[in-house]
Amino acid sequence: MTSTLTPVRSKRSALTKGQLPKYAPYAVLAAALVVGAAILALVGFNAFGWGLVSALLFAIGLVSWSAAVEGSRKAKDKLATCLVVGSFLIALLPLISVIWTVLVNGIPGLIAPGFLSTSMNGVTGVYDNRAAEEGAPVIGGIYHALLGTIQITLLATVISVPVGLLTAIYLVEYGNDGRIARAITFFVDVMTGIPSIVAGLFAAAFFFAVVGPGTKTGAVAAVALSVLMIPVVVRSSEEMLKIVPNELREAAYALGVRKWRTIIKVVIPTAISGIASGVTLAIARVIGETAPILVTAGFATSINSNVFSGWMASLPTFIYTQILNPTSPANPDPSSQRAWGAALVLIILVMLLNLGARLIARVFAPKTGR
Amino acid sequence: MTATTLTSTQGAGRAGDKIFSGAALAAGCLILAVLFGVALFLVVQAIPALTAPSAEIQGGEGFFAYIWPIVIGTLIAAVIALVIATPIAIGVALFISHFAPRRLAAGLGYVVDLLAAIPSVIYGAWGAAFLAKEISPAYNWLAANMGWLPIFQGPASATGKTILTAGIVLSVMVLPIITSLSREIFLQTPKLHEEAALALGATRWEMIKMSVLPFARPGIISAVMLGLGRALGETMAVALVLSSGALTASLIQSGNQTIAAEIALNFPEASGLKVSTLVAAGLVLFIITLAVNMVARWIISRHKEFSGAN
Repeated sequence: MTSTLTPVRSKRSALTKGQLPKYAPYAVLAAALVVGAAILALVGFNAFGWGLVSALLFAIGLVSWSAAVEGSRKAKDKLATCLVVGSFLIALLPLISVIWTVLVNGIPGLIAPGFLSTSMNGVTGVYDNRAAEEGAPVIGGIYHALLGTIQITLLATVISVPVGLLTAIYLVEYGNDGRIARAITFFVDVMTGIPSIVAGLFAAAFFFAVVGPGTKTGAVAAVALSVLMIPVVVRSSEEMLKIVPNELREAAYALGVRKWRTIIKVVIPTAISGIASGVTLAIARVIGETAPILVTAGFATSINSNVFSGWMASLPTFIYTQILNPTSPANPDPSSQRAWGAALVLIILVMLLNLGARLIARVFAPKTGR
Repeated sequence: MTATTLTSTQGAGRAGDKIFSGAALAAGCLILAVLFGVALFLVVQAIPALTAPSAEIQGGEGFFAYIWPIVIGTLIAAVIALVIATPIAIGVALFISHFAPRRLAAGLGYVVDLLAAIPSVIYGAWGAAFLAKEISPAYNWLAANMGWLPIFQGPASATGKTILTAGIVLSVMVLPIITSLSREIFLQTPKLHEEAALALGATRWEMIKMSVLPFARPGIISAVMLGLGRALGETMAVALVLSSGALTASLIQSGNQTIAAEIALNFPEASGLKVSTLVAAGLVLFIITLAVNMVARWIISRHKEFSGAN
């Protein structure tokens, strides 16, 4: 094969004629960075502007060079590639910016003494004014909110998982794609689209009508979160139960095992890793919900460990109220420090849950080897 | 799944079968009941607001005069979010499905999913504390140079807490939804179509334009509609970012309000007729998002049958 080709060293081969050399993108990138820095140096340097100007220069440079050498079709291809890669980089900007903002603003709040172990009970604007004006330590913490978040989410999970899992079992094992099963599938899809605030309003309206006007407790919030959580649990469990091989069920039936025992002893244990990771992702989704808790549990400043009576704080509503209604309106800085500290704790919780879901899916996955 | 004769023989465990299948059916029906209950209780609580004399509703001109400016505000915020998010989301989805090295693609998809994992209140806080401040010079520039357009009419808000900022924050929140759905559709494009296009000498972009995008168009539309459903119902980003007010055409002045933010800001302290008014507003939001989501689901299900032939 190679012996028939005459090696061309000095001149470029006919096959690569009319193409940009391999180093073209790197050369254009280097030139764009230098020129971008030069332009920014004239108007005042900042990293964001440098990146933006260099990216524009890179795209223009590469596309026009390509148009000159390779023709318009290749140039259009280069332009599309630049736009697609550029859109990905743009999508990364808010992610990096959000995480950076939360880290920078949140760490001072998080390392403040007693932040995780005290509540906001008795913390008034007077202390915040002193902290802002005289440099006294910022007091008050998120213990009550953390406790509330854990209780509300736990109760929502206790409600949603049995309902969601049983519904998924009905859809996969008993539904036979009948009319009820199709109706449930359709309405579960509809439920995924319910705005979170409407779920909160529903729970509030339900308890206002059943228990009495103005009923706001942690349990109401848990019901609101369940409305959001159930469809997620149903969808993920349904997917997982569907991929359990039918041979396993048939083998159990052949041994004379009852259908319900087959489901409990064979089907669910096979799918448990996927179900558990789906439930963890559902928890991660609802733990950050603010609006439904705001309209159902109100906001408290003290520790309330009873989900069935009294207003209850949670991390998201804590962040919301500390930003919107600072403890001391004259000096909002201590409040915003606490809010960012709580935001950092919340983001860590959510990331841990997401990571946990992946770990569960990997560690407890059914062994496929023999 | 299995023949019912397997479960209908007598013996121990028959009761267990009945109880278990009954419980499964009951759970399914509970979901239907809950959704029905959502609609029912919202309607019951909303009726006082709809029937009350118009002078007693906030604003004093009846419920419809109260609701339509915030419906328009909701639509403005959602449209801004979609106009920004759709092209970027399609670009990101294409990058992950067709441009990124195969080994990186899964990891990059996970990075985009991280955007969806961040709680909305944190986006709201970020928008209010960081984005609004950083973006307000750009608004001043827009007001000075593009002010002849009604949507960029000055004077720009000094704090940057405008509906445009809220729309930008919303666009970040709907981006992962549109991206992940479009990515799924792009990956389903028949490989033979793509390879046929490449074999005829098409560049990568021509291949995408000729085989991937026509195939994915219904999927993209439904992904955008699901993103719209999310943007319409999103509360915190708007409640924290926007300094609300009356309906205004200018996107860079403070003003406008969305239904979800209106409820979140007023419900905790509301009582009596005010509660009914807000619940009625929630009902309107529910109906709008329900319609949008149902159309999106309908497009997806139609597309599913159609793509099964490939």
